[in-house]
Amino acid sequence: MSRYLVDKFLFTVDRDPALVERYREDPVGTVAWWEAEEANRLLSCIADERSTWLAFDDAERAALAGHDYRALFALGAHPFLTLTLFIAMFERDHDEPLGFQREYAQRLADFSLPYPDIAT
Amino acid sequence: MAELVAVIASTHHPFYYRASTATGDDRPPFADEWVRKIEAFRETLTRARPDVLVMVGSDHFHQLWLDNMPQFLVGKAPFYDANWYNEEREFGLPRMTLAGQEDLSAHVLRHGLDAGFDLAFSNELRIDHSITCPIITLRPQADLPIVPVYTNIFAPPLPQPSRFVQLGRTIRELVESWPSDRRVAVIGTGHLSLELGGPRQFGPHGPDPEFDQKAVGWIAGGDIEECLAEVSLESLHAPGNATHGFMDFMLMMGVAGEGQKADYVDTYDLFHTMEAYFTWYPGGIDGE
Repeated sequence: MSRYLVDKFLFTVDRDPALVERYREDPVGTVAWWEAEEANRLLSCIADERSTWLAFDDAERAALAGHDYRALFALGAHPFLTLTLFIAMFERDHDEPLGFQREYAQRLADFSLPYPDIAT
Repeated sequence: MAELVAVIASTHHPFYYRASTATGDDRPPFADEWVRKIEAFRETLTRARPDVLVMVGSDHFHQLWLDNMPQFLVGKAPFYDANWYNEEREFGLPRMTLAGQEDLSAHVLRHGLDAGFDLAFSNELRIDHSITCPIITLRPQADLPIVPVYTNIFAPPLPQPSRFVQLGRTIRELVESWPSDRRVAVIGTGHLSLELGGPRQFGPHGPDPEFDQKAVGWIAGGDIEECLAEVSLESLHAPGNATHGFMDFMLMMGVAGEGQKADYVDTYDLFHTMEAYFTWYPGGIDGE
């Protein structure tokens, strides 16, 4: 399990306008590319100094590739990161103000306290 | 020595800027009353005639990240650029640049370290809406130099609530021992009950109005000990999954002092979260 790596995916995609669009349009391809090329990039270092050990497990890869924010919540992805990125991708598809945010809450409605641990 | 002329604690609602500037059909029905409340709150800072602002907030995974996460960080730079692409995208926040009060940053760091807080520092910090929202609400001309202080309320493991209170007390001591004739206001923002990315988000009120009522009472009354007796890292999950931001209010209670009743208190019950505004004048207000 690499909760940290899931958060790193959400973090690095959310801060890049081009990647937000790419992930919206092609989630499977974007997740595969990111895991192969970006997952081990140490953010403040040159490419040659990349890490050697980071990879998603199958459930994490499937949740990201499926745009499955409910599964991401269950896996303990940081809920702020998930929410922010998914608003950026899907709020535009809803006519009502906050329509996406409320649908999001509804899809998580059967979670009760304690929520999944988000510690990394 | 410098004078602490105002202590201000506030929620930071990133939707205020857009709501307050919207016109016509885009203007939400709650905007006019919200603007009225903010302008009254702003006057409480203006009256104190500050020269310098110490701004306490929390980075929302913008510059600070899990590969190198500080618990408490002080900015020390001549300038701070502000707001991020995803805040422009989601909230319509403008880009800003604020001047830094670098000698006060140096004082806070040196003497904060000596007082037992192993503060991280940043010489190039792009600040986010936890600090720019109160600039927009309280000092929209953005003309005063700042010292940004970031706390980790976001990425566990977090410091204990008592540590936030202690840091607030220490910040007050550091401001009051700064060899300067400047007038300093300390402004900090946090949250009452709040849920982000969970099943209780974006409801008609904050996720836990009962907690909010209690929290406003603690802050307004300066009831630090009562608050500490009831609040823990574990208990803060119950009112909403982002409620650990309340610890920044606890920090500000530490700045204001045990038993110090706020001189100004206001709240506004909005969808998603309750707004809350508090001002203390440690030395009173000139001529009043």
